[in-house]
Amino acid sequence: MNASVLIVSMGLVLFAAFSLGRGRSLRMAGADGAQSLHSLPHFYGMLTMLWAVLPAIALLGGWQIFETDIIEYIAIQHLPAELRDTKSVQQGLVLNQIYHLAYSDEPSLAPEFMLRAAETIATMEQRSRWLKSVVVILSMLIGAGIVWSMIRPAMRARQRVEAIFRTTLLLCSTLAIFTTIGILLSVVFESFRFFREVPISEFLFGLEWNPQTVLHAEQVSAEGSFGAVPLFAGTLLIAAIAMVIAVPTGLMSAIYLSEYAAPRVRAIVKPLLEILAGVPTVVYGFFAALAVAPFVRDLALKLGLDRWLTVTSESALAAGFVMGIMIIPFISSLADDVIRAVPRALRDGSLGLGATQSETIKQVVIPAALPGIVGGILLAVSRAIGETMIVVMAAGLAANLTANPLDSVTTVTVQIVTLLVGDQEFDSPKTLAAFALGLMLFLTTLVLNYIALHVVREYREHYE
Amino acid sequence: MNNAQPQKNSPAERVQQSLKKRYRAEARFRAFGAFSVILGLAALLVLFVKIISSGIGAFQQTYIKLDLAYDESVLGISDPRDEDQLAVANFEGAIRAALLTRFPSVTARSDKRALYSMVSIAAAFELQDELRHAPDLLNKRRQYWLLADDDLDTYFKSLKAGDPYLGRVSPQQVEWITSLIEAGEVRKQFNRRFFTSGDSAEAEMAGILGALIGSLLTLAVTLVLSFPIGVGAAIYLEEYAPANKFTDFIEVNINNLAAVPSVIFGLLGLAIFLNMFGMPRSVPLVGGLVLTLMTLPTIIISSRAAIKSVPQSIRDAALGMGASKMQLILHHVLPLAMPGMLTGAIIGMAQALGETAPLLMIGMVAFIVDIPGSIDDPATVLPVQIFLWADSPERAFVERTSAAIMVLLGFLIAMNALAIWLRQHLEKRW
Repeated sequence: MNASVLIVSMGLVLFAAFSLGRGRSLRMAGADGAQSLHSLPHFYGMLTMLWAVLPAIALLGGWQIFETDIIEYIAIQHLPAELRDTKSVQQGLVLNQIYHLAYSDEPSLAPEFMLRAAETIATMEQRSRWLKSVVVILSMLIGAGIVWSMIRPAMRARQRVEAIFRTTLLLCSTLAIFTTIGILLSVVFESFRFFREVPISEFLFGLEWNPQTVLHAEQVSAEGSFGAVPLFAGTLLIAAIAMVIAVPTGLMSAIYLSEYAAPRVRAIVKPLLEILAGVPTVVYGFFAALAVAPFVRDLALKLGLDRWLTVTSESALAAGFVMGIMIIPFISSLADDVIRAVPRALRDGSLGLGATQSETIKQVVIPAALPGIVGGILLAVSRAIGETMIVVMAAGLAANLTANPLDSVTTVTVQIVTLLVGDQEFDSPKTLAAFALGLMLFLTTLVLNYIALHVVREYREHYE
Repeated sequence: MNNAQPQKNSPAERVQQSLKKRYRAEARFRAFGAFSVILGLAALLVLFVKIISSGIGAFQQTYIKLDLAYDESVLGISDPRDEDQLAVANFEGAIRAALLTRFPSVTARSDKRALYSMVSIAAAFELQDELRHAPDLLNKRRQYWLLADDDLDTYFKSLKAGDPYLGRVSPQQVEWITSLIEAGEVRKQFNRRFFTSGDSAEAEMAGILGALIGSLLTLAVTLVLSFPIGVGAAIYLEEYAPANKFTDFIEVNINNLAAVPSVIFGLLGLAIFLNMFGMPRSVPLVGGLVLTLMTLPTIIISSRAAIKSVPQSIRDAALGMGASKMQLILHHVLPLAMPGMLTGAIIGMAQALGETAPLLMIGMVAFIVDIPGSIDDPATVLPVQIFLWADSPERAFVERTSAAIMVLLGFLIAMNALAIWLRQHLEKRW
C-alpha cells in the first residue's frame, strides 16, 4: 500500500469517524433533539475524529523514525562477523551496496551474504509498509471506536475539543524554543568534540588559520592551524566597511524620506528602496564578484595603490561595499519607524523656538530616537556578521590577517560553508571546526540581537 | 525692537548674522539626505541594469545551418523504428560528415577536431529525436539548424555586440564562422532549452527547469509546514497565552530566531536532520524543513500583527452572543485576519525562495542533471543553481547566471506584488 492510498484511506476513516460520532450523539439525544446534548452535535463528531487521527499520527511518526534503524539492524545480522559488531566505515559502505542491491532488479555478482541481506531488506520494507498501513488504520478505528462508545448527552465534548485545540496551538508556539535548543545542541555538541582536539585558547587566540593542511598531513597534529583570529578580523573588517556605507546612507535616507520628502515622493521611493532588501543575497554576491570586485581592483591599480598595498581581485572592500548596499534599506526602514514614532509635539516645540528643520532633526528628533536607531544599527551589524553568500562569492578564502580593505580576507561564515560543503566526514577537526565557528557566530549574534531588541522595545514603550 | 537703535551684538543681530550660515547648513543637510536616497536608488538601478544587460543574451541561442543527410551507412542502422538501433546510431557521424561537406578544405586531424567542436553534442540528440518521430526521413537530405557549441555562441554574440571575444575560439574557427555568417548560415533563436532542461556541464545545454522544480518542491514543503504552524503559534500567543515567564521566553526565542543568521539554520539541518535523524542529503524535504524553521518567525510575527489588528469589539460581540473561545477564533478572528496572514506568508515564502546558505549545508549543491519528481528526489534550487553557475569561469555561464537571476527576481517581484495587492484589496482597515 503506497503513501497516497494510505492518506486517502485515512481521510475516509476520518470522515466516517466524524459522521458516526455526530450521528451517535444525535441518536443518544433521543426525541428532544440536540437540545438535550451538552455540546453541539458536530463537537461530538470532531472529538471522535481527533481521537482517531492524533494517535495515528504519533504512531506513523514513530514508525517512520525507527523503521530504517530496525530493518538495518536485522540486515546487519546477515553480515559476516567482522562487519557485524561495531559501526565502521566499512560497514557503511557494505550497507550502501546492499541497499543498492535491494532496490535494483538486475542480477548481480555480489557475495552471497550481501544478496541475502538485500533480499531481507526488500521483503522487510515491503512488509513494513503493509504492516504500517494496517496498524495505523487499526489504531484510528480503535481510537474512534472508544470515543464513539463513550458518547453520552452529558459528555462535555466542546470543552474536550477546545482543550485539544489549545494544546495543539501551544505546541506550535513552543517550536521556537525547540528550534533554539536544536541550534544550541547541534553547535555545542560538535564544538565540544572540536575543543577536545584543538585547545580552546588556540582557537580563540591563534593567528594562523589553515584547516586544509591538517587533512593532508594525516591529522598528525592540529596545532597551529585552527587559530580563528584572522577570520574574526576579516569578518569585522567587512562588517565595518558595510556599516560605513550603510549607516550614513540608510539613516540619511530615512531622515529625508520621513522629514523632507513630499508624501508622493515617499510613496514611490520607499518601496523602491525596499526592493533592495528583497534581492536575494546570492544575487548580491554575483554582482559583487562580477562587477564591483573588478571595478575596485582596476580603480586601485589606476590610482597606483599597489605600490603600497596588496591589491587582489577578491577584496574585502568589494564584499563590504555590496553588503553595505544590501543593508541600506534595513537601516532606513528601521530608522524610519523610530523617527516617525517621535511625537509631533517635540518637533513643533523646537521649530517654534526658531530652530531650522535640520537643527530640529539633529538636536531634537535624532536624540529622541537615538535608542531605536542604535538598536537598529546593532541588528544591522548582527546581519552583516552573519551574511554568507556575498562573502562566499566575493571575499575569497585566504585567511589573511590584515586591515587593508583591498586585500582578500575570509570570514567566519565563508569558512563554515567551505568546510562543510561536499564533506561528509564527521570525525575530522576540519568539519568540527565549522561547528565551533557556528557556535561563535550564534553567540555573537545572539548577544547583539538581545541587546538590540531590548533597546528597541524600551524605546517603543517610552513613547507609546 | 522698542529701542530706536539696537545695540551691537544684540541677540537679534547675532541671530540675523548667523542665519545665512544656518540656512546653508540646512541646505547641505537636506542635499545630503537627497543624495543618500539617490545613492540607494542608483545602486538598485546599476544592479538591475548590470544583471539584465549581461543576462538578456541567454534567452537566445546560436544555431548553424547544415545540409545534413540521415544516411543509413553513416548512421549504421537499417530501421529507425527500432529503439535499440536508434540508441546506438551514429548521429555525430552524420553531423561530422555534413560539416566536412560544408568545409571541404579541412583535412588535418586537429583541424577536423576543431571543426567538429563547433556543433554542440546536444545536436545529435535533437536529430535522434527527430528521426524517432519521423522515421521516413532516413536516407533523405535536408537543411537543419543545429545547436552551436557555447564557445561559438559566445563569440557570435560578442561579435554582434561589437566586441568579439576570442578567448575560446581559434583563428581557424573564426574563419569558418565568418564564412558561415556571410552565407547567412548562423542565426540566433529563442533558447527553449534554458526553460526545459536541467543542469549540464555544457553551457549551451544547461537549463533551469530542474532548479525551478526543486525550488517549487522545497517551497511547497515549507508552505505546508510553516503556514499552519506559524498561524497556530500566533493564535496561541495572541489569544490564549497567559502573561507569564514562559510566554515571555517563547517571545524572546521567536524574536531572536528572526535575527539568527541563515547559515546557522544550515548547521542545525546538517546536525539534526541529516546526522541525527539520518534523512537523505540534497532532497527538497529536508530543504523545506530547514526553511520552515527559518521562515516561522517571520510568519508568526506578521500573523500576530494581523490578529492584533482585529478590533476588540468583534471579540466582545462574539463572546456576548455565547461563542466559545475556539468558535470566536475560528469563525471571527481568523477569517478577518486571514489577508494579513497570507501577506506575511507570501513574504516569508519570498524570503525562503531566495535563500541559499542553509541549503548549501544540507547538500543541495550537488550537480544534478535530472529533473526532480518528488520531495525525496535529489534536487537543487534556483539560488543554489545561480551560485553554482557563478562559479564557472566560462562566459556562456555568466550569461546564464544572469538569466537565472532574472527568472528568480521575476518570481520574487511577482510574489511581492501579490502580497501588496492582497494588502490593499483584502485587508480591512478598522
